[in-house]
Amino acid sequence: MQGFASEFSSAIALILNGDAELWAIVLLSLKVSIFAVLISAVIGMPVGAALAVARFPGRRMLIVLMNALMGFPPVVVGLLVYLMLSRSGPLGVLELLYTPTAMIIAQVVLVTPIVAALTRQVIEMLAEEYSEQLRSLGVSRLASVPVLLWDARLALVTALLAGFGRAIAEVGAVIIVGGNINHVTRVMTTTIALETSKGNLALALALGAILIGIAVAVNAMVSTLSLRAEREGLRHA
Amino acid sequence: MIRNFLRAAVVTLGLTAAPASAEAPFIVVQSTTSTQNSGLLDYILPGFEAETGIDVRVVAVGTGQAIRNAINGDGDVLLVHAKQAEEQFVTEGWGVERFDVMYNDFVLVGPKSDPAKVRGGTDIVAALAAVAGAEATFASRGDDSGTHKAEMRLWDTVDTDPTAASGTWYRETGSGMGATLNVASGMDAYTLTDRATWQSFGNQGNLEVLVQGDPRLFNQYGVILVNPEKHPRARAAAGQRFIDWLIGPDGQSAIASYKLDGQQLFFPNAD
Repeated sequence: MQGFASEFSSAIALILNGDAELWAIVLLSLKVSIFAVLISAVIGMPVGAALAVARFPGRRMLIVLMNALMGFPPVVVGLLVYLMLSRSGPLGVLELLYTPTAMIIAQVVLVTPIVAALTRQVIEMLAEEYSEQLRSLGVSRLASVPVLLWDARLALVTALLAGFGRAIAEVGAVIIVGGNINHVTRVMTTTIALETSKGNLALALALGAILIGIAVAVNAMVSTLSLRAEREGLRHA
Repeated sequence: MIRNFLRAAVVTLGLTAAPASAEAPFIVVQSTTSTQNSGLLDYILPGFEAETGIDVRVVAVGTGQAIRNAINGDGDVLLVHAKQAEEQFVTEGWGVERFDVMYNDFVLVGPKSDPAKVRGGTDIVAALAAVAGAEATFASRGDDSGTHKAEMRLWDTVDTDPTAASGTWYRETGSGMGATLNVASGMDAYTLTDRATWQSFGNQGNLEVLVQGDPRLFNQYGVILVNPEKHPRARAAAGQRFIDWLIGPDGQSAIASYKLDGQQLFFPNAD
């Protein structure tokens, strides 16, 4: 294992010495996952909030379903998206298979339930807290959704980060719909899978360390931003 | 502020995250992990791309999956190593015509301790029989890949059904060659691998080549154009150019000149 340690550190050095190809891979990972999270937010937040405040038959079942979808196996999502986008699938004409867009679609499917379920939880608590005030102002349940979402924005950042964590770390779906094509759809996780299959374990592990570093950096950045926003909010209040 | 951020994000990400399909012509080649993991394709493709301006996008999966993907139309060219399945692919009309491209061979690798005592043999059938007799751990691909098909043909010759022992000494990984070699390396198991993947594999650990040189270990690669009559959107013209190049003098000499640690991994044999 001594050889492994030195191999690992030389792999890290190699990576940090500005390997242009690697940084292109890192950038593509970030692009795909950030884009997927943004789309998931646009879909998942209103849906989650609506489920929190609306009352209709079957609501509980929908919530259970949504919570269960948080654990949707990525490989299955990849397979479903593949079948849709394949040339012999219903959306084959779009020619999206093996493109970054296909990877975004797969990640949106994975991340949206997480964002929606966590939003539902946050908004439900908030709606209970404010129910008196909202009622006295004569605001209907659904009309209160935008207000509640805005008020809960700092808590919802956590929902987005959870979704981002799932997206950036995921390999099973993107390797099927992206194809791990060099310079086109190769991202961090698929590169790690490829290097592992080549038996380059030290390099694979070093890439994993970089991926974790990126995840930490993104989380730190977002938490700093939301902390600052919180302080500003208090000052204005 | 949030709206501005979103807009900025959409602009910066949206433009660049769009597929690059519009500008450069490209083809998708469904191929096997051995051609990619060994570094062969990374070595020979730039020559073709420089000459023609056609970008070759390689999806490297097991032969079985590559063929299925090609049947679905999700590729323009098929480059794999399971002659029987390839011919069936053409007979069923999914492919236009099959051409030999190159060959190498399979080898039996196993732990240095060699519990089945097969080291130095050149008879793969006798070696597999010895492994089964000793109930020595054997890692099989178990994934319908070209290598897996070759392994199952050899077991047929041994007249042993190893899958009856699945889960005991016979382990089906259901994974690619590299993953299976990692398993074999981790549990000191025997496994059948193509020589190219083995030669370029970084985690050989306690394994070494024990049996080689049997003519039955011959490993032929073929290339087929996906039939544009079945899949009108297949990029047939560009795909044909790639095949012509691959089985022509430029492609063949590029294949022959690829060496790893001074050793040639693939031997061109197009007609």
